[in-house]
Amino acid sequence: MKQGQGVGASVLRKEDARHLHGRGQFVSDMMLPGQREVAFLRSPVAHARILGIRKPAGTEGSVFVRADMPEIKAIVAPSTLPSFKLSEQHPLAHGKVRFVGEPIAMCVARTRAEAEDLAERIELDLEELPALVNAHAARADKSIRVHEEWDDNLFLTLNLDNGFDEASKRADVVVKRRIDLSRQAMVPMEGKAALAQWDERANQLVLYASTQTPHIVRIGVARFLGIAEEQVRVISPDVGGGFGYKCIVQPEDLLVSWLALKYRGRAFRYLEDRREHLVAGANARQHHYDLTAYASKEGRLLALDAVVTIDGGAYSNWPFTIGLEPGQATGNLPGPYDFRGYRCKTYCVATNKPGFMPYRGVARTGVCFAMELMIDAIARAVDRDPAEVRLQNLVRPDQMPYDNVARKHYDSGDYPHALRMAMQKLDVAKWRERQKRGEPDGRIIGLGFASYCEQSAHGTSVFAAWGLPMIPGYDQAAVRITAGGGLEVRVGVHSHGQGMETTLAQLAHEVLGIDVARIQVVHGDTGTTPFSTGTYASRSIVMAGGAVVNACRALIPRLVKIGAHLLKCAEHEARYEKGAVVGPAGSASLAEITEAWYLRPERLPKDADRAGLEASLAFKPKVDTGAFSYASHAIAVAVDTDTGHIEILDYVIVEDCGTLVNPMVVEGQTLGGVAQGIGTALYEEMQYDANGQPNASTFADYLLPGPTEIPAIRIFHIQTPSPYTEFGIKGMGEGGAIAPPAAIFNAVNDALHPLGVEMRETPLTPEKLLEAIEQARIQPEREAA
Amino acid sequence: MKAAAFDYVRPRDLPEAIKQLASMPGDAKALAGGQSLGPMLNLRLARPKLLVDLAKIEALKMIADEGDAWRVGAAVTHAELEDRPLAGCAPLAQVARGIAYRSVRNRGTVGGSLAHADPAGDWPLALAALGATVFLTGPGGTRELGAAQFTRSAFATALADDEIIERVRVPKLSTRARWGYYKFCRKTGEFPDAAAALLLDPERRAARLYVGALDRAPQPLDDVARALAEHGTVSNEMIDAALFRVAPDMGPGARKLRASAVRRAIAQVL
Repeated sequence: MKQGQGVGASVLRKEDARHLHGRGQFVSDMMLPGQREVAFLRSPVAHARILGIRKPAGTEGSVFVRADMPEIKAIVAPSTLPSFKLSEQHPLAHGKVRFVGEPIAMCVARTRAEAEDLAERIELDLEELPALVNAHAARADKSIRVHEEWDDNLFLTLNLDNGFDEASKRADVVVKRRIDLSRQAMVPMEGKAALAQWDERANQLVLYASTQTPHIVRIGVARFLGIAEEQVRVISPDVGGGFGYKCIVQPEDLLVSWLALKYRGRAFRYLEDRREHLVAGANARQHHYDLTAYASKEGRLLALDAVVTIDGGAYSNWPFTIGLEPGQATGNLPGPYDFRGYRCKTYCVATNKPGFMPYRGVARTGVCFAMELMIDAIARAVDRDPAEVRLQNLVRPDQMPYDNVARKHYDSGDYPHALRMAMQKLDVAKWRERQKRGEPDGRIIGLGFASYCEQSAHGTSVFAAWGLPMIPGYDQAAVRITAGGGLEVRVGVHSHGQGMETTLAQLAHEVLGIDVARIQVVHGDTGTTPFSTGTYASRSIVMAGGAVVNACRALIPRLVKIGAHLLKCAEHEARYEKGAVVGPAGSASLAEITEAWYLRPERLPKDADRAGLEASLAFKPKVDTGAFSYASHAIAVAVDTDTGHIEILDYVIVEDCGTLVNPMVVEGQTLGGVAQGIGTALYEEMQYDANGQPNASTFADYLLPGPTEIPAIRIFHIQTPSPYTEFGIKGMGEGGAIAPPAAIFNAVNDALHPLGVEMRETPLTPEKLLEAIEQARIQPEREAA
Repeated sequence: MKAAAFDYVRPRDLPEAIKQLASMPGDAKALAGGQSLGPMLNLRLARPKLLVDLAKIEALKMIADEGDAWRVGAAVTHAELEDRPLAGCAPLAQVARGIAYRSVRNRGTVGGSLAHADPAGDWPLALAALGATVFLTGPGGTRELGAAQFTRSAFATALADDEIIERVRVPKLSTRARWGYYKFCRKTGEFPDAAAALLLDPERRAARLYVGALDRAPQPLDDVARALAEHGTVSNEMIDAALFRVAPDMGPGARKLRASAVRRAIAQVL
């Protein structure tokens, strides 16, 4: 491991002390004078016309419906994609309710319990409509529509065809599969949280919000409330997990802000609880795939034909829009593989469920699951080892940079090497031997592999192609050396578990040599940080990190100029080195230079750079199509065919996210992602009944993996720098959550192949597994009879 | 969500607690460890007007040796049973140790578990198989019921509105007794998807097999238990048939899982 505090060192996280001591500051910890709590009356049904809402007598000023707030505009997320249909999401339901849990009325009281009491007393007159619960059915149905002004239920249809007919013609083997992922909630520890108050002195609305993107929320609040952006300050304090759930403007942000504007001097707070999160926030992962793969008899993939159906839910969010998920699915399905024929039709269908949002991995957990199950299916069809078939199809290092069949530009890496290393670390031969031998307890061993590449830090051109109303460009950082020789680093991204208070400080240390303990990373406040679109899409370490590096570098000539003057030498004779300016005879410390600039200006040269000891600079990678991290996961499982229990016996990850800034932080991010991926694979699922009622509203029914469900995970690194970023760093925040479902299903299917069982729908519950085993047992008997 | 408003009392003895419950028939609820009632209050699924907290009633916390049985107060926590093995009643500690997580066991009580009657709960199943007796005290005195009779169906018991579970009586096992207890939980600490409990104690002429975690109260598989007592073995077909009889509407996956739980409880005994 690298020593020191710069790039590559496993520096302990600066932010951990306050969290480990329970001294973090979240919105739920805040208490402002005269604070009121907000609760919502939410729709009890999935689809209905609102005929009437009767407020209880005497509740003026504490119960509000949509008609009370004409000042708030409906949330509409425009997209430039051709077939895109707009949805209008009112902050409180207007005319219709479109999913269970949609807010209908807002209640305000001294305590949350009293606000909920008010909500119970509101009378609703709803005319129930048939609910659209199944995306395939909703796509076919035009008579019942989620949005009546549309002529069907399609948010968006994407088509891509690149050389499909030509490449598929040459196939010896055709493999067809239907593959499905269930709907999930993202389940951050802290749900949505918003606290708003008008600040008379600053003449500003101050919104404390649990968000990944404070600057974007500021723009959204200003626009949807019709006030000037200068009059809005968004502070995102400690945030208890984001995962994509907190990268949009929430209706609740607008509602508490509206209250604060209407009742100046009062503070209003809304905290989402777990029940609300599960019921009204199940908005991720639900994809359906109909895939046909065309391969040679050796298992070389030649072409892929895909129909992808995404269960989009009721509304398109702002600013990412519902177009992000189908865009990512269509573009990323080919994965790390080298083939030349691809046809993909992607439908994003409106249904009576919470509106789809980008969850860690954004579509790639789904496409990796689908593609990796196909690779194993091809391997079985040609009777070869799935790892070997994978190796034969992965993009080779000599092809880098590689433009794939979906026109993605893979910048660097050795994909086959990662898989070979994972196979070796797992010790495939050992496990195959044990598999053949059989377990004493009757369980069956299976091996599973999954390889993926992860577009990270993608920039302007990529987001523009997805048609978003908000497109990231240059990310800014502002740095300032203090009078005492410390450093303040201000960034517009937000760190909520990624460890950026440490890793951004490491990057600044790498350039300026200032002790990491003396570097203060300031984030989470639009009043004190430069603009950034925020933290999402594994972008911050590349984008904000690049900006920090460039801003720090900009200070060096200014320091040298002052230092040379203090050393009485020429500028060209002096150089900056580890926190000091070094001349031919002696050196001037940073403290001496800062002392001169701030307190003893008589010591400065006459032509000192008037930009001073602070710099604000923006950064964008040389090529903005993304730095692609990649990994191979290799696992061994034991399947109990009596109970359906799956035990992960070994879990190996070989990953390459370019130059590592802090290996320990990378591993922490990976482990957290894998835990979520295991949730997708084995536990998490929001089921709906035929009326669109969610069947889970607590953790008793919505299962999450706990510490005892996460095996020991062995992580190994490869470092192939990206040619396009500072220090060759690549983003990696999402990767851990991408591959686990694919690796686990492939391992279980490897185990159950002799029984004729192949599982293809998340989550892999014991009951589903046992049912499939029973089916497979009965089927041949029937065929024989 | 937060609980709807309720009144709260913490009586010092059982007669006072019963008087409080009887003061608002149907609208008063006894609170023991609060591990199920607490969430139900917050979800507003339970909406008592009065909560009668049993925490200060020392009589409910007693564990006593009655010679051929152990007397376990209703407010004894799972953790106390886990930490204090009772001679002749080893299954109590073993079952207690497997309930949820330690933080739940620190507060959750035997009586609370019985009164809540979650069909996947441990005590309704284990105490039925152990042949325990439940003592209920109300304004008219104390009555006793077999644990199996006490649980009527999912979340429904023989407990009247003004009654409190005072204690259970668990008969001691002979040295030749064999106990099998298997539950399948998808994750550590969760309620099981399938569970079975088996007691074979020839000296006491006890042969009881119960299957739990159904959509109803724990169900006895008497013929299977008898066959095991008489022949020491039982066929898979007999187990399947017995399960079909007590829960005919299960899907094939669910039935297979329950059959596996029964077989594994049996395997611990044989």
